[in-house]
Amino acid sequence: MTATTADHHDDHHPTGIKRWLFSTNHKDIGTLYLWFSFVMFIVGGLMALVIRSELFMPGLQVVDPHFFNQMTTVHALVMLFGAAMPVFVGLANWQLPLMIGAPDMALPRLNNWSFWLLPPAATLLLISLFMPGGAPAAGWTIYPPLSVQGGMGVDFGILALHMMGISSIMGSINIIATVMNMRAPGMTLLKMPMFVWTWLITGFLLVTAIPVLAGAITMLLTDRHFGTHFFDPAGGGDPVMFQHIFWFFGHPEVYILILPAFGVVSQIIPTFARKPLFGYTSMVFATATIAFLSYIVWAHHMFTVGMPLTGELYFMYATMLIAIPTGVKIFNWVATMWRGSMTYETPMLYAIGMVFLFTIGGFSGLMLAVVPADFQYHDTYFVVAHFHYVIFGGTILGALGAVYFWLPKWTGHMYNETLGKWHFWLTVIGMNLTFFPQHFLGLAGMPRRIPDYALQFTEFNMMSTVGAFLLGFSQILFLTNVLRTIKGGEKASDRVWEGSEGLEWTLPSPPPYHTFVTPPQVK
Amino acid sequence: MMLNRRRQTAGRVPDIAARIAAVAAALYASVGHAEWALNFQKPVTTIGHVQYDLHMLILWVCCVIFVVVFGVMFYSLFAHRKSKGSTPAKFSHSTKAEVIWTIIPIVILVTMAIPSTQALIRMEDTTASDMTLKVTGYQWKWRYEYLDHDVDFYSTLSTPRAQIEGTEPKGENYLLEVDNHVVLPVGKKVRILLTAADVIHAWWVPALGTKKDAIPGYVNEIWVYIEEPGTYRGQCAELCGKDHGYMPIVVDAVSEEEFDAWVAGQKSG
Ligand code: HEM
Ligand SMILES: [Cu+2]
Repeated sequence: MTATTADHHDDHHPTGIKRWLFSTNHKDIGTLYLWFSFVMFIVGGLMALVIRSELFMPGLQVVDPHFFNQMTTVHALVMLFGAAMPVFVGLANWQLPLMIGAPDMALPRLNNWSFWLLPPAATLLLISLFMPGGAPAAGWTIYPPLSVQGGMGVDFGILALHMMGISSIMGSINIIATVMNMRAPGMTLLKMPMFVWTWLITGFLLVTAIPVLAGAITMLLTDRHFGTHFFDPAGGGDPVMFQHIFWFFGHPEVYILILPAFGVVSQIIPTFARKPLFGYTSMVFATATIAFLSYIVWAHHMFTVGMPLTGELYFMYATMLIAIPTGVKIFNWVATMWRGSMTYETPMLYAIGMVFLFTIGGFSGLMLAVVPADFQYHDTYFVVAHFHYVIFGGTILGALGAVYFWLPKWTGHMYNETLGKWHFWLTVIGMNLTFFPQHFLGLAGMPRRIPDYALQFTEFNMMSTVGAFLLGFSQILFLTNVLRTIKGGEKASDRVWEGSEGLEWTLPSPPPYHTFVTPPQVK
Repeated sequence: MMLNRRRQTAGRVPDIAARIAAVAAALYASVGHAEWALNFQKPVTTIGHVQYDLHMLILWVCCVIFVVVFGVMFYSLFAHRKSKGSTPAKFSHSTKAEVIWTIIPIVILVTMAIPSTQALIRMEDTTASDMTLKVTGYQWKWRYEYLDHDVDFYSTLSTPRAQIEGTEPKGENYLLEVDNHVVLPVGKKVRILLTAADVIHAWWVPALGTKKDAIPGYVNEIWVYIEEPGTYRGQCAELCGKDHGYMPIVVDAVSEEEFDAWVAGQKSG
């Protein structure tokens, strides 16, 4: 009875701009997050193309070195905080309530706020490019003393990071609250879909890691303006302390980026292998172990700062340990495929691509963990190749796969499979052409974050630039496909995929504005 | 290209051949060495060799795991297709398999950790050195102080601006050349102290097999024992602002006699 009244009342939701500004509906907010992150993906991508254009050949052709540094810095910040993190919050907003049988997120108003902090934050970050002295240019890691030297663009950047951080914290509080309290009767923790599990764990990582970043950048701000010397040796401070604090946030951060993508892949592979996920429980434990370990390996980003031998040894062993639960996940995915009945629709291609490319990044991670060798790899293009394999190959391919996977559910239409496959292959080829040669560049001795380079690095840089343009322009296919699917296309069934399992597939496609107003029973 | 040039100069029209060679050489220099370098520069220090071997070891380990894991995956992708009539199996876990693929990586990691630990202990042992060089990073140059020899100088990029801007062809050592080279003796354990005056830099010469940050307020230590005379080039490896890409390092490794002569020359000069 009450449920019907609620339905009736809420169906008069505002339309037009008000619908989006004031929305507390998880589907609307999910959509906002997804579009926002796509726009940021394009903005960050254009900056990457500026970087790659300058690096096409030796000499300075396109930009000056200071602007180059602004590009590398803002590209990374936009991609991480504007694209990679929000895209998964968007997916969580859309999917978590549907997957656990909840009517909405636990804290809908907070949800609205956490989204609407993002556009102003991104604006602050981007307008810093037009400030005197330009945008932050000390790298996304904003190490002092260099970051203390920058102009007021750095303060804009710090403020933007604070806002995006608050947004993430609120978003993850909401996710934790939703998953803990709003599961349908019968859905015990160990019956939750893997995507829900990985997000629950990511949520805890976010609420604990982001405040550490907030502390670091606040100290940086007071060092810049209020005469403190936290990181200034001349005043008794310590620049290396900043790095410890930063990476205490920064390493969990990289797992914040990858765990939800692990979740996505763990949904997609069983669907298209038509076989249950192999080793569900060990997947949950592996995820939790990775999350725990991610807190105790931070200084592997700082092997060259001159830590004591024992410190270096400890961080080497701890980092190597992460390879074990990560390996478990990869083996489980392969075992899920094993003796399945596989078909290769676009989401499955993305999932397979993700497993393959992420693992290449895992291998280079393992190499980086070997400290004596890291003395050579550190701060070279080898590291750039490593993290693009895990973040582009892992996080971004995971997110793209997720969109193809759930888009028919969201819109009620099938996307164009041919276009989807073209998008997949061009993206994968572009990404490998861009980032694989960077391994060689790094090994041969090219430092990262330089606008110009010695002649022996020319060929691979040219390849990389060609790849980057291919990669960038392929995304037009994605946009086209998504827009066409929203407008129309073949009607999607409720189950959408033959192998679908889970509550979201019991709903109509597209699902009504309010779903699971009365909770489903999970057996 | 070398072959080509030789054949042509041996031919009947040496004049044209010489011209072609000159054009080719200019192109070669401006387009870049078609080196396609895939791996580490040749190490020339004791720890450089240790490091190189470790790097190759772990690279091969990764390659083997890669082939095994993706061999299985691609076989499955091929063989277990629905279109080939594969019907899904029912299994969803196997304790035995899971234990095996937890144990094997542990064993591999331990076997890698052992040589890594040994190498690291060696690399960090800066005791019993024969001489000490102090390096200070500045925006954007290096200062070198030979603490035992009373020699002190700065070293800055010597590539002309015109080459960077492209109004002049780029020389062979474009961006890897400096006015004052660091001169070090071969066959000596040289301890290098690193610090910085403004922001963080990192002193890195790939062939010497070591890299460490130069941090204001800190003095870091590394050591090198160079085995082969030669000129070794490197760069600053920690983003240090606008001209981070323009503060290279050039080390001349020379015999002890030459080194002593050089020191004497520096003092009188
Ligand atoms: C097998 C697991 C992994 C291992 C052992 C590993 C190891 C490492 C190490 C040792 C470094 C420091 C390299 C250096 O600066 O010298 C590094 C850098 C990095 N890793 Fe990983 N990694 C792993 C997985 C990941 C994942 C899953 C992500 C993110 C999705 C990631 C993102 C990054 C990033 C962004 C950096 C560079 C940060 C910077 O300096 O800007 N890594 N990794
Ligand atoms: Cu890390």
